[in-house]
Amino acid sequence: MSKVRLATVWLDGCSGCHMSLLDMDERLVEIADKVEIVYSPLVDNKEFPQEVDITLVEGAIGNVEDEEKIKMIRQRTKTLVSLGDCAVTGNVPSMRNTCGAKAVLERVYLENVTLQPQIPSESVPALRSRVCPVREVVKVDVFVPGCPPSADTIHALLVGLLSGSVPDISLLSRFGA
Amino acid sequence: MSTAPARVKTLKIDDRDVSGREEETILDVARQNRINIPTLCHVPGLSPVGSCRLCLVEIKGSPKLFPACVTLVREGMEVVTKSERLASYRKMILELLFSDGNHICAVCVSNGNCELQSLAQNLGIDSIRFPYRFPKLTVDASHQRFVVDHNRCILCARCVRVCGEVEGAHTWDLMGRGTSMRIISDMNEAWGDSETCTSCGKCVQLCPTGALVEKGKSVAEMSKKKGFLPYIVSMREGRR
Repeated sequence: MSKVRLATVWLDGCSGCHMSLLDMDERLVEIADKVEIVYSPLVDNKEFPQEVDITLVEGAIGNVEDEEKIKMIRQRTKTLVSLGDCAVTGNVPSMRNTCGAKAVLERVYLENVTLQPQIPSESVPALRSRVCPVREVVKVDVFVPGCPPSADTIHALLVGLLSGSVPDISLLSRFGA
Repeated sequence: MSTAPARVKTLKIDDRDVSGREEETILDVARQNRINIPTLCHVPGLSPVGSCRLCLVEIKGSPKLFPACVTLVREGMEVVTKSERLASYRKMILELLFSDGNHICAVCVSNGNCELQSLAQNLGIDSIRFPYRFPKLTVDASHQRFVVDHNRCILCARCVRVCGEVEGAHTWDLMGRGTSMRIISDMNEAWGDSETCTSCGKCVQLCPTGALVEKGKSVAEMSKKKGFLPYIVSMREGRR
């Protein structure tokens, strides 16, 4: 039986969800028997491949690159999972929405800087005016709230998805868990 | 030959035969019979206002939905508390509350002790269908011991009721309409400047979310004690 093609992506988040994924510890070995990790910040592939079975998305849509990426990922993915509160609700990154991207950039790069204050504009993608959850940009198949979702939650999710079913996430996790 | 009006009503809730006194609500009788109806604005001991609409139930013979906390039992009533239609409305109500404020559970002092958060989990909400509004709201930390964070207020008015009805101070009230509605202290003044507030903290303890909290609490540290209310109310009723 061919292995399930699994990808993970890290958008506007803190990497905590990926840390939680790694916290599965020895259970990773059992998962690794059944999946091939075709793209992830944890592995070396630079290009998001075609025909991915499951993509776990950490992070909100915070900049223009996130937005382009998630649209491309959606096209290439069968089951798209919003993993964690940033992907599901916008969470902490979205807290800037009440004051706007400009105010945040000025606060961080101008007001609080003494040496060469300047707002970065080259080599970094522009911030969107509004941070939003993944579902506001593309269709999401499974939502897994939690900040971060526990390793047990992610394990139950993957075991479920690999056997072709979606577990009842509300029994496992919640917003802010 | 006259008969005294019956003061006990018999009815069905979820196909179970139950009875209640005529001044009791559907919610009262359901709870006496361990039938769970979710609520958010309702607190036993405070006047029911039926504002959150989570306790909506179906009554056979009517296309309307009825808030169980303010609907009195009637003879022969057939109440349904669980249906797909009710579940979908209850979910929608909570989702609208989440999208209406800035409830970032992960960084809330009430994380893990929040009625909004736990209701969302219990009703199986894993995501919000509506775009978040991200309103620009204020935090008033002028009170010596407490903080009001309007970002997390769901306007259930428990604070308004407990302050007016139990403490007798009526420091809190609601101002404005629709999306601009806020709780205010006194005449929309800083809480710390309030001359009516007795700093009793009843509003803080009854607040279902992280909107009214004790100062100095960090993420997930604020757990509230609601046990005082039935005691105070029953002692007072006993004295009448």
